[in-house]
Amino acid sequence: MLGYTEKMRDIAGRLLKECTVDMVIGFRKGTMPMMNEPCFVTKPEDVQWLVWDSNCGINLANYLTNRKEKIAVFAKGCDSRNIVTHIIENKIKRDQVTIIGVPCTGMIDKRKITGLVTGEILEVSETENTIKVKTADAETLLDKNEVLQQNCALCVHRNPVIFDEMVAEPVEEQTDIDRNADIRKIEEMDSEEKWQFFEDLLRPCIRCYACRNACPLCYCPTCFVDEAKPQWVGKGQDPVDVRTFHFLRAYHCAGRCTDCGACERACPVGINMRLLTRKLEKDCQDQFGWEAGLSLDQPPALVAYQANDPDAFIK
Amino acid sequence: MTLVKIEKKNWAEGLTAAADAYRLFGPVKEKDYHQFKELEKGEMPDFEMVNTRLSPKALLFPQSEEMLEYSLDESQDDHHIMKEIARDDTPRAVVGIRPCDAKSTLLVKLNFDTPDVKDPYWLNAYRAATFIGMACDTPLSTCFCTTAGCGPYHEEGLDMLVMEQGDAYLAKILSDKGKAFADAAGWQAASDDAAAFEAGRQAAEDRIVSTVKTDNLAETDLLELHGAPFWEDIAFSCINCGTCTFSCPTCWCFDIQDEVHGKSGVRMKNWDSCMFPIFTAHTTGHNPRDTKTQRVRQRFMHKLKYFVDKYEAGIMCVGCGRCVRQCPVNIDIRRVCEQMNSFKPADACAVEG
Repeated sequence: MLGYTEKMRDIAGRLLKECTVDMVIGFRKGTMPMMNEPCFVTKPEDVQWLVWDSNCGINLANYLTNRKEKIAVFAKGCDSRNIVTHIIENKIKRDQVTIIGVPCTGMIDKRKITGLVTGEILEVSETENTIKVKTADAETLLDKNEVLQQNCALCVHRNPVIFDEMVAEPVEEQTDIDRNADIRKIEEMDSEEKWQFFEDLLRPCIRCYACRNACPLCYCPTCFVDEAKPQWVGKGQDPVDVRTFHFLRAYHCAGRCTDCGACERACPVGINMRLLTRKLEKDCQDQFGWEAGLSLDQPPALVAYQANDPDAFIK
Repeated sequence: MTLVKIEKKNWAEGLTAAADAYRLFGPVKEKDYHQFKELEKGEMPDFEMVNTRLSPKALLFPQSEEMLEYSLDESQDDHHIMKEIARDDTPRAVVGIRPCDAKSTLLVKLNFDTPDVKDPYWLNAYRAATFIGMACDTPLSTCFCTTAGCGPYHEEGLDMLVMEQGDAYLAKILSDKGKAFADAAGWQAASDDAAAFEAGRQAAEDRIVSTVKTDNLAETDLLELHGAPFWEDIAFSCINCGTCTFSCPTCWCFDIQDEVHGKSGVRMKNWDSCMFPIFTAHTTGHNPRDTKTQRVRQRFMHKLKYFVDKYEAGIMCVGCGRCVRQCPVNIDIRRVCEQMNSFKPADACAVEG
């Protein structure tokens, strides 16, 4: 993905100069190692702020919701699938958005890298396959593929599925990926083990809602946990309420989640809530042969009825 | 001011002795991060960290705190009567709080302990607490305490400040509460090495590489700053989660909720965040801050302008850097502060020519 930045600035500058769009949504360099900040550019002279590297894990589809402008947006494979979902769910019109496809080789996992080195990370730079991490005392070279976010390591749609133009030639898709090894392990647990597992998984949650708010699917005007009349869920730290939030949110994402990883990436306390959404993704795949966000023409699994839908749960 | 020397081999013994008179709280590692927790018998605070993931504000201001309880069962004589829930306000000591977090307690106190209104829940917990600070000799690159009204050896809000000195700790007793704790721990060996504290402070302050400028905030016109052109740009990336608020040692907003199960109910106090869309939403349906930009502006205006003007006690930030490190989209209060502090209203620029 090295070299994308210049190309992106060219494309953004052209689209703004030609008045094809009012704004371009991308990333600018962050103030912290391994962090870039989503930003918008409205003037051709400001495209110099745009950057691209392996720290662009936030899903930019999230920034399209309810905007009125004509927008160009940079879209990785997962972002593009969420744009498809947005279009299908009438959150944005296809002709309102110019999709600039970004073939992606994966985003790096800040938490994992922090755990691999001793001391505070002061600087992180990258080449095509390696990540160089500097601390006050040492420099460590890491293989990029070893430190990808888990959703990127498991990704089978690195190239955008919908685009108006591309930043670069498509990258090779990963094949022979077993997306569900960890999910099967949980499925095999007995109910007591499962209970304990989910209790441990969600115990650190502080209900900051970073997972929900980083998610492009979570665009409800008022989330069910915020409703006051009626109040569906308690607002305190009762584990029952915390679990209700996570489980219900996951179900709201069933058949829609693209496993972009924004939720897990955003979580300040390191909860892997993707285990919940990926179980539902697996169920959708197993039962309906459905993968979210691949086509504008197919109605989502939970919206469509087919005579051969499995009905074993109806007794 | 008294200095005492504590051999490291006597540290655990002292804390164990103090535990007879105090509930002890300290940083412990849970999964990937350190958090403040009540220490179990014999458990020691773990200082293999720079600071905890969340601030220790929850020790006085729990994320979710039940205040009152009531019964809706009309066969009971006291149905529909709010009754105070018994609380444990026995003496407690927070061992290993960093100076930035201790200073933040005093900023939070400005809100919970006013001449007119006093929050009994916070105040009772505060009065019961003794703060044993651990000086911060290896600050992070994101720490900017020295320009945010405190520092790695800052003493405000502490009853005792402890520094590491080879095989021993050197403790500065700063209050009667600190003295009482030292007595309970049996830490009596006087030291006259005040120079060590001064040298430690100087060395630690020299390691702070990050700064903010706040000198113009008070003079800048409030409404001009409110209408400054940069808010849309600052707010764009914000996802309106509560990470910054919940990790912040100085954010004090809460929401009151009643929760009823069957015929019994509790009235509770929960952390709230001005980042949340329903924060201070009116029952009429009107929302005073209906857009993301308004909410983000509120957060920074409160910390860096309204608070500055109202209390004349500096900014509502101690430079701990938690929000900088944890914001999922890298909104950096240092960058926002810089924009606010260097802001010149358009007409002022014209006058200056």
